[in-house]
Amino acid sequence: MAVEVAPQSAAPSLRRVRFALAMRSLRENWSLFLGTRIGVIGLAIILFYLVLALSHPILMNTVWDERIYDPVVGYAFDETRQPAPPSRSHLLGTDPLGRDILSQLMHSARSEFLLGLLAAVVTVTIGTTVGAIAAYYGGVVDTILMRFADLMVMMPGISILIVLSALIGVEHFELALIIGILSGFGGASILLKSQALSVVVKPYIEAARAAGGGPAHIIFIHIVPNLLPLSFLYMMFTVTGAIFSEAILSFLGLLDVRMSWGLMIHTTEAAGYLLQVGKYWWLIFPASLSITLLCSSFYLVGRAMDEVINPRLRRL
Amino acid sequence: MTEAAQATSSVDSRPLLSVEGLHKYFPAATSRFRRNERFIHAVDGVNFTLAKGESLGLVGESGCGKTTTGKMLVRLVDPTGGHVIFDDGVGEPTDIATLHGKPLKEFRRHAQMVFQDPYDSMNPRRTIFDTIAEPLQVQQVGSLVDRIDRVTEMLALVGLTPPRAFLFRFPHELSGGQRQRVAIARALIVEPSFVVADEPTSMLDVSVRTGVMRLMADLAAGLGISYLYITHDLAVARYMCSRIAVMYLGKIVEIGDTEEILRSPQHPYTRALLSAVPVPDPTVKRPPVMIEGGVSTVVNPPAQCRFYARCPLADDYCKTNDHPPLEHKGQEQIVACYKA
Repeated sequence: MAVEVAPQSAAPSLRRVRFALAMRSLRENWSLFLGTRIGVIGLAIILFYLVLALSHPILMNTVWDERIYDPVVGYAFDETRQPAPPSRSHLLGTDPLGRDILSQLMHSARSEFLLGLLAAVVTVTIGTTVGAIAAYYGGVVDTILMRFADLMVMMPGISILIVLSALIGVEHFELALIIGILSGFGGASILLKSQALSVVVKPYIEAARAAGGGPAHIIFIHIVPNLLPLSFLYMMFTVTGAIFSEAILSFLGLLDVRMSWGLMIHTTEAAGYLLQVGKYWWLIFPASLSITLLCSSFYLVGRAMDEVINPRLRRL
Repeated sequence: MTEAAQATSSVDSRPLLSVEGLHKYFPAATSRFRRNERFIHAVDGVNFTLAKGESLGLVGESGCGKTTTGKMLVRLVDPTGGHVIFDDGVGEPTDIATLHGKPLKEFRRHAQMVFQDPYDSMNPRRTIFDTIAEPLQVQQVGSLVDRIDRVTEMLALVGLTPPRAFLFRFPHELSGGQRQRVAIARALIVEPSFVVADEPTSMLDVSVRTGVMRLMADLAAGLGISYLYITHDLAVARYMCSRIAVMYLGKIVEIGDTEEILRSPQHPYTRALLSAVPVPDPTVKRPPVMIEGGVSTVVNPPAQCRFYARCPLADDYCKTNDHPPLEHKGQEQIVACYKA
């Protein structure tokens, strides 16, 4: 396993060696991940929705007629009654406004992914940095950041979003930022700080100080990399939370979005079909099942990653 | 020419480090709202000197302030009071107890530390190259190619051969002895004037201990490095150090030539310490030195000899007077005891 490097071409080959080492640890973790059943299931669901999301624009450009299949303004002229049950041309039927359900489902999948990932990246970036800084400096800095985090945790997220969307109109992008900031300064920074506390007392931090390393060097070279596994884990759970919040808000009709899974349920409810689920199942099930599946798939992947990074949970 | 000769001779006469009245008090309870009046006197007025190329052993039981003293010398802990005059004969003598900012970063090239725990003293996510080159990297010494060359040389010097095979390993792929050699390489890569070694062999297997100790002794002789060697093992101190200082509850109670102290310990605590060393010979009979009780408190200790509560020689004079000053009791032996 020893990797050698020739000093003549040190700089580029050093990069190559680092890349090889990163790939090696990635391969090891990947095989551990594949060993967990829930992780594989979760990943399969994610991939399924990813394919749905990516194939929507292709279908719209090739097979589907824009006037009929557009997820927002299309109308199924080929059906006599709306909502129409599933048929050859509309695999999941149409909604009360005559729009194709499958097209809506696929179109929404893309924005759900973007929303979830953006919210998660914002959360984890803020949480990791704040947690590492609070743990490294301690004292007053720690107190201020953690009391602020307490404040964020106490904030009733959904209620705030309701107020905000009433005031300024919230779309997917703003929603992702708000969720990211709330949970980044809140739960994520508290969790990651507690992990960082166990890193800052390690002798290698002292060794770095003895070497002359300043706070930025110690925080970003030593503390943050040791928090990354937990950060990624938290990222997965944030995706779940973000998609779920989005579904709730758009079901309540509080989001300024043109199409989403939550909005599909909202349309059904507004047209009065929500209590006749047995008869009009295609109006509810595709969207609600998608919310459930995608949320749980990220959660499953998170749990599997937990097993990968935490050897005590591993089944031997 | 003559000036240079004078300069070198004056260097030899002046110690590399002169520690004067070094204190470290830790607050015993931290409260943001009340003024703390209870302090743990971890290090309470320590004086010693360390010559160039010399190894001074700092021995004593757990919690006596050995490590805190060592960390103050490399400024991982900020002293509460006292002076540490550092004079490597090149630059101006500086008091490192009050350095901060850029001069402190500069000073870190002259003083390094080897830690006790070979498992936790390296970031598990960084390669051996990153770990050893870290001082060079943060001090911005040399280019990347230079650093690779120097790390390779250093690995060979500490006996990790072939060095190329170790460059891009991770710490968990190495044994305890190998890691401690890496830690030594990291400390020596900036060519420091002195190294604080905090029990570097105490967590190693006995079988690899001597190898690491011999390596440190050889490197000190070859590179002219001074060690402050912190240990609780008198046999290790005897092997590594020409002089030893015995600490008890934040005070140095005896300091002097290693062999002289081991042959004729003057302070009752040193005697007790020596009598506790097992002798691998069942026929040897040595009079045991009786000390009783436990270590007395380090939180605001009373103004009397720190060893009073356990001392077999103590009397009323020791009780009513402050901790005894260090006095010459032998040729090179300095002892802090009224009765010795």
